Amino acid sequence: MTPEHLLPILSAGFVAFTVLAYITLDGFDLGIGILFGLERGSQDRDVMVSTVAPVWDGNETWLILGGSALYGVFPVAYGTILPALYPLVIAMLLALIFRGVAFEFRFRAEGPRSRFAWDMSFLAGSTLAAMTQGMILGALIQGIRIRDNQYAGGWFDWLTGFSVFCGLSVVVGYALLGACWLVWRTEGELQSRARRHARVLAAMTLGLIVVVSLWTPTLQLHYLRHWNVWPRILYVAPVPILVAALAALFWRSINDERSHLMPLLCALGWFFLCFTGLGISLWPWIVPPSIDLWQASSPPASQVFFLVGAAVLTPIVVGYSAYSYWVFRGKIGKETHYH
Amino acid sequence: MFGISALDLARAQFGFTVAFHILFPAFSIGLAAYLAVLEGVWLKTGRQVYLDLYRYWLKIFAIGFAMGVVSGITMSYEFGTNWSRFAQKAGPVLGPMLSYEVLTAFFLEAGFLGVMLFGMNRVGRRLHFAASCMVSTGTLISMSWILASNSWMQTPAGYTIDKATGRFLPADWLRIIFNPSFPFRLVHMGLAAFLCVAFAVGAVGAFHLLRDRRAGRAPTEPVRVMFSMAMWMAAIVAPMQILAGDTQGLNTLQYQPAKIAAMEGDWESRGRAPEILFGIPNMRTERTDYRIEIPFAGSLILTHSLDGKVPGLKQFAPRDRPYAPIVFFTFRIMVGLGMLMFALGLFSLYARWRGSFYSNRWLHRFALAMAPSGFVALLCGWMTTEIGRQPFTVYGLLRTTDSVSPIALPGIATSMLVFVVVYFVVFGAGLLIILRMMAREPEIGETGPDPRQPTRAAGQHPGPAQGQPDGMGGHALPAE
Repeated sequence: MTPEHLLPILSAGFVAFTVLAYITLDGFDLGIGILFGLERGSQDRDVMVSTVAPVWDGNETWLILGGSALYGVFPVAYGTILPALYPLVIAMLLALIFRGVAFEFRFRAEGPRSRFAWDMSFLAGSTLAAMTQGMILGALIQGIRIRDNQYAGGWFDWLTGFSVFCGLSVVVGYALLGACWLVWRTEGELQSRARRHARVLAAMTLGLIVVVSLWTPTLQLHYLRHWNVWPRILYVAPVPILVAALAALFWRSINDERSHLMPLLCALGWFFLCFTGLGISLWPWIVPPSIDLWQASSPPASQVFFLVGAAVLTPIVVGYSAYSYWVFRGKIGKETHYH
Repeated sequence: MFGISALDLARAQFGFTVAFHILFPAFSIGLAAYLAVLEGVWLKTGRQVYLDLYRYWLKIFAIGFAMGVVSGITMSYEFGTNWSRFAQKAGPVLGPMLSYEVLTAFFLEAGFLGVMLFGMNRVGRRLHFAASCMVSTGTLISMSWILASNSWMQTPAGYTIDKATGRFLPADWLRIIFNPSFPFRLVHMGLAAFLCVAFAVGAVGAFHLLRDRRAGRAPTEPVRVMFSMAMWMAAIVAPMQILAGDTQGLNTLQYQPAKIAAMEGDWESRGRAPEILFGIPNMRTERTDYRIEIPFAGSLILTHSLDGKVPGLKQFAPRDRPYAPIVFFTFRIMVGLGMLMFALGLFSLYARWRGSFYSNRWLHRFALAMAPSGFVALLCGWMTTEIGRQPFTVYGLLRTTDSVSPIALPGIATSMLVFVVVYFVVFGAGLLIILRMMAREPEIGETGPDPRQPTRAAGQHPGPAQGQPDGMGGHALPAE
């Protein structure tokens, strides 16, 4: 195996790790913003925000890492996906701006009206960010028209029933992560309500996973080739089976008052499995249906420099990020606010 | 549409979002260093005033930092949305550097920011100080990487060009990072960030000194200490910055003579060149109208000799010239503000010597008026260097017209409009919140951010780092 062949695979692995880290970490704190739509009490909202206030910055940093990694190691993907999905990407960035500043501004707001406005920014920003992220995913899966390594499609190619459906799925999925996070990190009535939300959201999420999974192969038949060919099916069969197993575990733990962390782990497991399944389908494309990993990648000198840094620094980053979570461990009650 | 092309709008949008963004990192770089110093001095001397100042500025830092993060995410994707052809060609060189910035700096800042803001009663004093230092270090590392990238676009080195695709291929990473203009730019920008914060802090101190005087009460100790610290910075750093700017000018003369010609507004290349103080460069007639000049000064400043040859714009083909009218004026505003900063520093030293440092109203008014000077100078300097790099994105190698994304005009016009509205609303609100916090005088025993709400921290576990019974009460907000 030549370095030209191997390096892009390693880089793709790292980019996939980054995206997964982003989805799972920012997923629950975007989910908390989405749940502002169900939780109206101002005390409860303060508690909800306080559970993520010390860590949200770090969670969002994975998104910047994902962008910069694509830029550095898959510049062709970076330079075609972003112009193709221009309106979605811009909308996501603006949504993240609103919900990011709302974290700080809502505690400094003077008067109930300004407070209400920033709460709404937090809710709308989080929901729109989740929606656009799902739609970006959907638009990527359905394929992007390319000519000469440049985007060759129209302004609204990304807007289809499938991409909208993916957007809604991610909103529901993030809300589920948020609800499970609250089950873990809060107590009392808020926690009980979070359990109720989580049950409904989990049922919806599972339904949406099934629909998206069946819908995806109809978009590009190529996606099916790892799923319906014997014996390759043996390698991929564990994905749906594990989703079902986690569902059983989820329902047992969400109904068990003594179980706090398990529902979150199950929900994260679903995200991991969906992401894996998606990776299997898309492989080896990075911009379906025309650009694969190798066509998209930067020269070996860039990949090596990038990978060395990633290999050395990522464990350190994960280490002190975990430390930061550990410092702020434990239940957050109405007593403990960080603002 | 109105003679505006998609390229113009792509540039305007990118410039607009970077201009907003650059203010927050500059504020964070300077303020994080100031906070680390304050906490360090507090640990060493045990004097309450330093803890009070730390808490006072920490709350403001939190707001500025959040705005920096969210406006920065935009940047990391806009290279692709607006400059996809640039991204594909220069991505192999610039992308990995950006990734290193994220991995070595952004995570460091974000990881320890939580501890810095909310952790004082959860970790020990020393560990908390370490967190403050980590955040400050993160801001400095981040600045180094982004300036290495930016400098590479100005003075590219350590690359080869792939003939088939036109891509830049990295050949020597050390030469790429330590490209010829990087060290000069790093020093110039770092000092600029410190000056931004020095003049902002000084102005807040001056504001309270003036207000206390009008109200007939003595200023609190935190006010006096912050004003004094800021004026020391002004007196020491402003002259350093003038020297740093001069050396960067010499570096630019060597590597980007067309930019120097545009900054000078001179069309003829010659020795014994004058320094044009004022004029209006006209790109069409190739003249600078209404000029007021000092004989020989141009050569003297740029070459440090009377006979040194200074380039003029006519030396470069019209299609290779940067748009001089903007560069000419932004450069003069920056230099003028630098001189005013230097003057304020001298004035403060004089007032200290005369013993009127805390009572001289003219000193305080001057300092208050200089509040935005650091930021305005920073933006003008940045515009000078970036617009002066035109018409190239990678200087001399890749034209801006060959860098832009294939995006249609209506789309980019719509997003431009939305960006303008959102940025003014969001960052305008942020600025208001910060100004309101600054208008409140720091107290002895600085605690809660919001006087309407009594501070409490009964639910928090008292920890060793508490300077006071209510610890980081500044961030403990009660249930309503």
